[in-house]
Amino acid sequence: MIGLAHYLTVAAILFTIGVLGIFLNRRNVILMLMAIELILLAVNINLVAFSAYLGDLTGQVLAMFVLTVAAAEAAIGLAILVIFFRRRGSIAVDDVNRMHG
Amino acid sequence: MALKLIVFLPLIAALIAGLGGRWIGKTAAKAVTTGALFVGAALSWPIFFQYIAGTAQPTVVPVLDWIHSGNLTVDWALRLDALTAVMLVVVTSVSSLVHLYSWGYMEEDPGQPRFFAYLSLFSFAMLMLVTADSLVQMFFGWEGVGLASYLLIGFWYHKPSANAAALKAFVVNRVGDFGFSLGIFGTFLVFGTVSIPAILAAAPHMAGSTIGFAGMTVDTMTLLCLLLFVGAMGKSAQLGLHTWLPDAMEGPTPVSALIHAATMVTAGVFMVCRLSPMFETSATAMHVVTYVGAATCIFAATVGCAQNDIKRVIAYSTCSQLGYMFFAAGVGAYGAAMFHLFTHAFFKALLFLAAGSVIHAMHHEQDMRYYGGLRKQIPITFWVMVIGTLAITGVGLGPIGFAGFWSKDAILEHSWAAGSVPGTIAFWLGAFAALLTSFYSWRLIFLTFYGAPRWAASEHIQHALHHDADPEAEASHGKAKKHATGTGGYHPHESPWTILAPIVLLAVGAVLAGQIWHPIFVDAERGPTFWRGAVAFSEHLAHAAHGSPLWVKLTPTIVMLIGLGIAYNNYIRNPDAAGAFVRTFPGVHRFVLNKWYFDELYDVLFIRPALWFGRLFWKGGDEGTIDRFGPHGAAYAVGLGNKVTARLQSGYLYSYALVMLLGLIGAASWALWWAK
Repeated sequence: MIGLAHYLTVAAILFTIGVLGIFLNRRNVILMLMAIELILLAVNINLVAFSAYLGDLTGQVLAMFVLTVAAAEAAIGLAILVIFFRRRGSIAVDDVNRMHG
Repeated sequence: MALKLIVFLPLIAALIAGLGGRWIGKTAAKAVTTGALFVGAALSWPIFFQYIAGTAQPTVVPVLDWIHSGNLTVDWALRLDALTAVMLVVVTSVSSLVHLYSWGYMEEDPGQPRFFAYLSLFSFAMLMLVTADSLVQMFFGWEGVGLASYLLIGFWYHKPSANAAALKAFVVNRVGDFGFSLGIFGTFLVFGTVSIPAILAAAPHMAGSTIGFAGMTVDTMTLLCLLLFVGAMGKSAQLGLHTWLPDAMEGPTPVSALIHAATMVTAGVFMVCRLSPMFETSATAMHVVTYVGAATCIFAATVGCAQNDIKRVIAYSTCSQLGYMFFAAGVGAYGAAMFHLFTHAFFKALLFLAAGSVIHAMHHEQDMRYYGGLRKQIPITFWVMVIGTLAITGVGLGPIGFAGFWSKDAILEHSWAAGSVPGTIAFWLGAFAALLTSFYSWRLIFLTFYGAPRWAASEHIQHALHHDADPEAEASHGKAKKHATGTGGYHPHESPWTILAPIVLLAVGAVLAGQIWHPIFVDAERGPTFWRGAVAFSEHLAHAAHGSPLWVKLTPTIVMLIGLGIAYNNYIRNPDAAGAFVRTFPGVHRFVLNKWYFDELYDVLFIRPALWFGRLFWKGGDEGTIDRFGPHGAAYAVGLGNKVTARLQSGYLYSYALVMLLGLIGAASWALWWAK
């Protein structure tokens, strides 16, 4: 029987993979965007799992919102990336170091 | 009114010349200051004669309120009695003559208005000192003359040696002034007043009482008198605090004559005489005064014998004569002390001004080794200098004598007649010092005015000759080079009348002052009617001195002749004798030439430890501790923090995100586990 703990474990693993993807990834900003997606999906799994476990639909509704926001975020992120690539000619993470004062 | 004029005219003149000298010009500045002092002198002499005639009563002229605080009341008031009258005459006469002398002596100096302003300022402060009615006012004058002395010693401020000498005079005087101020505090503590007449009236009642000081119980009056005497020692350059006086000769010669011979350095003697009823209450203090005076007298006389600088010889002579005055005061012969102060002012100012005339003639050369044979070139200076020497060595016989004959003999007779152990010791030391006085005074005359000229070796003379562009001088200079000694082609010139007139007037004083006025100062009958309680005049001692044995009366004359004989033998008859003495006793000569190594001793005892402490506090305390942990440390910590935080701000998104995450985890953990 697959219980709540299994769902949460998978979500936690996904979340950790997503977080490590942000910190350890040095190559590509697109990978970073994908890692963010992974984190959001981990949250979604949690929401849906708790929703099913508690018999409350609110969690599944929230998961739909999160998916929508994630889609919008991916679109904006990719748009920024295109602009960024036009200006710098690279989307390697190590080249994105202009964020200090 | 006359008294106020005497005291305040020099102040007004000093302000006009000092602040307005730039606008009114140097001639006007000189005229104003000199005029003020001559008016003062003209007003002072009649006052003095009134006291001699016995027609004047001691008076106090109130001027202004000053300090009213609790039970401390100090007002500006001018006190006039016989003692003040003597000092008024001395100060205004010498000061006015020195002003006149400076017209000639400082002729080429660019800072003349400043110089005359300082001179007048000094005269004002000195007059405030001698007319003081309270100890605080006396202290005002005391510090005023110290300031003027500092300014005038360092008048040629471009000379590092003059600046050093000025600082030394100021610092050494601080030691004395510290004692003096403690004495004033103590006096106020004991008597509840600083008014001199009130203190003197109350002093006898305090005799024998005790007071706690520095953890010990000591005799009140002894303590107060000794503290005040420390002040007198500083100002009057007594043994231990004397080191500033010879160095003070860096100042212009008129300054040496006025401040460091005739007036300021005698302020200590004046103070002891003014407070004589107070000193009379403590035998211990009197003994200390006697011993210090006698020790200074003999010490300075020995050093004076070996000096080569003409002004330093006279400076040590001054120091020695001040010793005479102090031990006279110490044995209770205040009249004799003031008498010597009075005559000394004339002949010592005369000697200094005449030495200045020699220096003027010799183009600022002060070393007697480069003088010689000047008798023919500057005859007037020669003769007045001889008169001054006759006066200081005490030449006289029976009822006729020069000034020093009367005053020095009076001091020696009184100290013998005192009959005490200190008095007897002082008598013998004083007699020996008189021998040395005669020796070094005549040595000065013989080296300067007799023998063959030794001018050519002097750098100053060489300098003067090279400045003369005319070929004749150059030619004779070239010839002179063949002889190491000789005139070098230099022609000393007699000084102008502004220099000679004051010297000649002082010479008159040096001849007559003792002859005319010795009865009023020291005579058992006339003394009391002159002093009228201004000093603690002892008729008994005066009688005893008058009746001292013949050999005591003849001693000064005999030792004077011995000193003259030695000087004549060593410097005229057999010029090699002095060198032979130095070769025979090199240790003695070095010891005396180096002033008993007092400067070196103080260097080791005080200056080096002070510098060491200074360096310790500077390097260790200030830089090592306060700066290190204070401003420098804080700045370093901020810089270090900067470097660390600057490294954190890498600009990489992922490190920001990591920090964000760590923060989030931290906040969540805190919320979950600790914040419950």
